[in-house]
Amino acid sequence: MALTGLQIFKLLPQTNCKECGYPTCLAFAMKLAAKQVALDLCPYASDEAKSALGAASVPPIRKVTIGKGDHQIELGEEVVLFRHDKTFYHPTALALGVADNLADTEFNQALSRINSASYDRAGETIAIAMTVLICKSGNADQYANRAKAIVAASQLPVALICDDPALCSSAAEAISSRGGVLCGATIDTLDAFIDLATRTHLALMLKAETLEELGALAEKAAARGFEEIILAPVTGKQSESLKQQTLIRRMALDRQIKGFGYPTAMLVPEGSDLYLNALSVALGIAKYAGLIVIPNWQMWQLLPLLTLRQNIYTDPQKPLQVEGGIYKVGEPTDKSPVYVTTNFSLTYFMLTTEIDASGQPGWLVIVEAEGMSVLTAWSAGKFGGATVGKAILESGIADKIAHRKIILPGYVAVIKGDAEDALPGWDVMVGPQEASDVSAFVKDVWMELKI
Amino acid sequence: MPLTLPLKSWPGKIREVKLGRTVAEGGSRSTSIIIGGENALPFHHFEGSVPRRPAIAYQIPDIEPPLSDWPDTLRSAFRDVLKDPIAWAKLVMEKHRARLICLNFIGANPDRANRPISECVDVLKAVMQAVSVPVIVQGYGPGEKNSELLAKCAEESRGEGITLASAVAEHYKTLAAATIAYDCNLVAESPIDVNLAKQLNILLTDMKVPPEKIIMDPLTGGLGYGFEYTYSVMERIRLQALGGDAMMSMPFLNFVGQEAWKTKEVKVPAEQMPTWGSQLERGVLWEAITAYGLLLSGSNLLVMRHPDAVAAVEKSIDELMAK
Repeated sequence: MALTGLQIFKLLPQTNCKECGYPTCLAFAMKLAAKQVALDLCPYASDEAKSALGAASVPPIRKVTIGKGDHQIELGEEVVLFRHDKTFYHPTALALGVADNLADTEFNQALSRINSASYDRAGETIAIAMTVLICKSGNADQYANRAKAIVAASQLPVALICDDPALCSSAAEAISSRGGVLCGATIDTLDAFIDLATRTHLALMLKAETLEELGALAEKAAARGFEEIILAPVTGKQSESLKQQTLIRRMALDRQIKGFGYPTAMLVPEGSDLYLNALSVALGIAKYAGLIVIPNWQMWQLLPLLTLRQNIYTDPQKPLQVEGGIYKVGEPTDKSPVYVTTNFSLTYFMLTTEIDASGQPGWLVIVEAEGMSVLTAWSAGKFGGATVGKAILESGIADKIAHRKIILPGYVAVIKGDAEDALPGWDVMVGPQEASDVSAFVKDVWMELKI
Repeated sequence: MPLTLPLKSWPGKIREVKLGRTVAEGGSRSTSIIIGGENALPFHHFEGSVPRRPAIAYQIPDIEPPLSDWPDTLRSAFRDVLKDPIAWAKLVMEKHRARLICLNFIGANPDRANRPISECVDVLKAVMQAVSVPVIVQGYGPGEKNSELLAKCAEESRGEGITLASAVAEHYKTLAAATIAYDCNLVAESPIDVNLAKQLNILLTDMKVPPEKIIMDPLTGGLGYGFEYTYSVMERIRLQALGGDAMMSMPFLNFVGQEAWKTKEVKVPAEQMPTWGSQLERGVLWEAITAYGLLLSGSNLLVMRHPDAVAAVEKSIDELMAK
């Protein structure tokens, strides 16, 4: 059970030495209670405090690690129901299905598509996390051969969808070195699956008809010492999935019921309506699924879904940043306008969209400002005239344009003078305050310059 | 040991807002639509009442829209009606069974076609003659002319229960007065901010706009373009409303289509980016996911564009409304 700040305070030295970085032991205790810091920041913590806090600081949702190296996935360890309360930590792993009874060409094509599903967006790589091998052949040898083919062709961990532990035993051995998940065990197959998962070092998905049975199944597995568990509630209509995922997360966080303290999975039905399927995946991303298994899919679904996942799992305290430097919008020439703004990703996105819509390609020089928006960055002293001037000179934009004009965001018109001082020979123009007015600015001001 | 489920009940409830008036209600619409009324988090039927289905309105521009946010993959669904909002309204009602339409007067924008207000009002009248569903009237953006245009639309369609979009903190007085005088609803737009949303509701109710005539637009960030800000602001507002804050308990409206269809991701053809897949379906899904995500954070009314995206979201709403 979690300890309160005061309970923790009583276990601390109470010397207010400040070495942990907090002004008082009480302040530090409050942070510990909120699970925002770890006890090891306190150099004088007693063994008693360590063991008491150790027990209390077990995360309410256990971390389950799948795979190794660059493609390792971590699930669980979530601490909130709403992202604005802190953040969602481990992004939902999207896993794409391929059936073991496909012809070779189709099978290989599907694998290469899964491998290619990796996108660079807002300074991050967002990608499909796992390959799912669905047992449709009913043949253990064929299943194992396909598993071997996947391990040879792709670096991703593998999920095996097969209800029969004997049937998937060889396939599980084939993916053992890569890592993955067995999907999955019911009350009837639990013991055999735990044996197999332990032997092959794979995680295990648990399936049950009701939440009660699911929690009991997990406790049974834990009693056998096996905790690499992912909970898969029954798949139904979207309202049912929403209910199950929400209740599991509440039982883990609010009630700290051990049988529900594991990451969850969502198994998307094998329906033929790919829009509806994609929206079911969107539900799982927003509402608490750690792993989503998508049996049939098309490439066009992936970028929208991975973008949603990136949005939902962005830390609300740390907005996404873009890297400083020169960006092209369209195919700008040496006569195109040069816009300047901060590296707040939202600002960047809005501005590129509006420059694109203005019909005039442009250069965009992004100034590093800790991901703050224009006004915030300016008031924090990160986006002054000198900073902008330096960034312009260091960016090398001068080599790409024939004119010497830059366009500042309208909100920081006050830095125009300082920027001109830092940029001798340059004309510093003041653009619109809002990105949405870029088109009007281009039409009314830039085009009138007749560059 | 039997499991007692961790259910939550809330003291607050989202207000119901009625769009459109039928003949029996003093208007000429074939139906009216009520949104809101839930006393639980979105689609949490298991612990409260979610009586009203979220509604979707088709957005129809009054003049041929620009390619920049109506790319070809979207235009192809409306090829024969792009220059004719009346035919467009008939098409979405007859072919796509639209339950609600949102007439968007982009043509009134002084920076674009700068159509006179009287012309816009004529378009509204003709559209309301042509179709019988409730109507939302959306201006071109905040400004004097915009407020005047919407107020005139309200006056000329009195008794029909139209919805005016949108009032903002800098321009709300004309619209508040028109809302009261002509029995309209008013969309209150605030810039992705919990406190500013509440402040505008207070300003409007101080002017005696009945709270059950207000719909909140928290400003929509499209998928990949600030979506998460809108999502979280809506969750926070909704939690406050359910917690009992009566000045936050208005239902939400989101302009989804206009944000989704201006993004780069819907405009790039598959030949250019093979791993992005088919451009048409990708664009439809971009709009549908933006809409769907906002439903999960509390939206009651979505303004959308592509018929396939609307159909996909309607199907999902069927599932989300199933108890």
